[in-house]
Amino acid sequence: MKTDELVTMLATGAAAVPPRAAATRYALAMGWGAFAATLLMALTLGVRPDIAEAALRPMFWAKVGYAGALTAGSLVAAIRLSRPGAALAAAPSLLAAAVLAMWALAAITLGRAPREQWEPLLLGDTWRTCPFLIAMLSAPVFAAVLWAMQGLAPTRLRLAGGAAGLLAGTTGALVYSLHCPELAAPFLGVWYLIGMLIPAAVGALLGPRLLRW
Amino acid sequence: MAGTEERLRDLLVRGLAGEAAAYHAFLAELSAHLRAFVRKRLVRTPDDVEDIVQESLLAVHNQRHTYDADQPLTAWVHAIARYKLVDHLRRGGAARLASEPLDEATELFHATDDAAAEARRDIGKLLEALPDRQRLPIVHVKLEGRSVVETSRLTGLSESAVKIGVHRGLKALAAKLREGR
Repeated sequence: MKTDELVTMLATGAAAVPPRAAATRYALAMGWGAFAATLLMALTLGVRPDIAEAALRPMFWAKVGYAGALTAGSLVAAIRLSRPGAALAAAPSLLAAAVLAMWALAAITLGRAPREQWEPLLLGDTWRTCPFLIAMLSAPVFAAVLWAMQGLAPTRLRLAGGAAGLLAGTTGALVYSLHCPELAAPFLGVWYLIGMLIPAAVGALLGPRLLRW
Repeated sequence: MAGTEERLRDLLVRGLAGEAAAYHAFLAELSAHLRAFVRKRLVRTPDDVEDIVQESLLAVHNQRHTYDADQPLTAWVHAIARYKLVDHLRRGGAARLASEPLDEATELFHATDDAAAEARRDIGKLLEALPDRQRLPIVHVKLEGRSVVETSRLTGLSESAVKIGVHRGLKALAAKLREGR
């Protein structure tokens, strides 16, 4: 088939295309993914029993804000990386700002605490399980966001896969924060971050294979 | 080139709204720009140029829902063409990839090349290898220009099955082009 014949074939009967394809797909993926992650958390781990009490403490909201800002930043990054030629714009700075803010808070917390408090502030009671539970809760969003990306057109596959994984990890952390008993900034700055980076690394690893078109 | 960018963007936006003639004009003009772009970057293997042009056109069509009207068209087309080109060069090995000049998005619309060569892989032949539920909708709707309703009557497929058949069939063609290298 000659190229002008191909052009004619492609244009013939080409109907109108619904606008805002990326936003629609991501809304679906995030809605179902976050719902499934929350259900998974409620069924396997349970919401922390003292959630009403915890919600009165500023650190609880700092934790939710940290995971929420990272979710927002990685959502913007993932959507942009799903479309050819779209610039990343402010997404990386938003992500970096959220992490740096938590690290600054951690530094202040450690600076004010006596040396013997450092270990409990950094390790809490749950450092062994926290990253893996966040990674586990990231699975539904991970699958949903890969589905969303496969219907769009990422051109930087490793980066796009990494962003998909990071979005899954940050959403997982947001959901996990409703179960998690830890509130110390040093803990959140280390173990939450590791938990979110596990699916991001998996995404970067799988991206080139799963997202090709 | 601002004039070209604006004109092509206008044609594409109208095409995405369902104006087939504008969309045809867009793809026809785009193919000349793509050809010039690819030819400049496949210095060592000019025989592959038309294949990549066709593959990029099919990709532009299959991914047209990802174009956002506030985005520069040059950046969108360049990212698609570059992706297809890199994908092609990768198969030739890393050394091949390093040897060809790939970047400079801005000059995509500066040059045109209307001298279409023969593609080495025939999309018409690949089409014949598709299953009937994809091949027949493409043949009737896209090649013979029949309506979806008429095609549905001719094939016994439902109207939505005809639309899905066209959509999935064109995606399958793109996959076959990629694997067939």
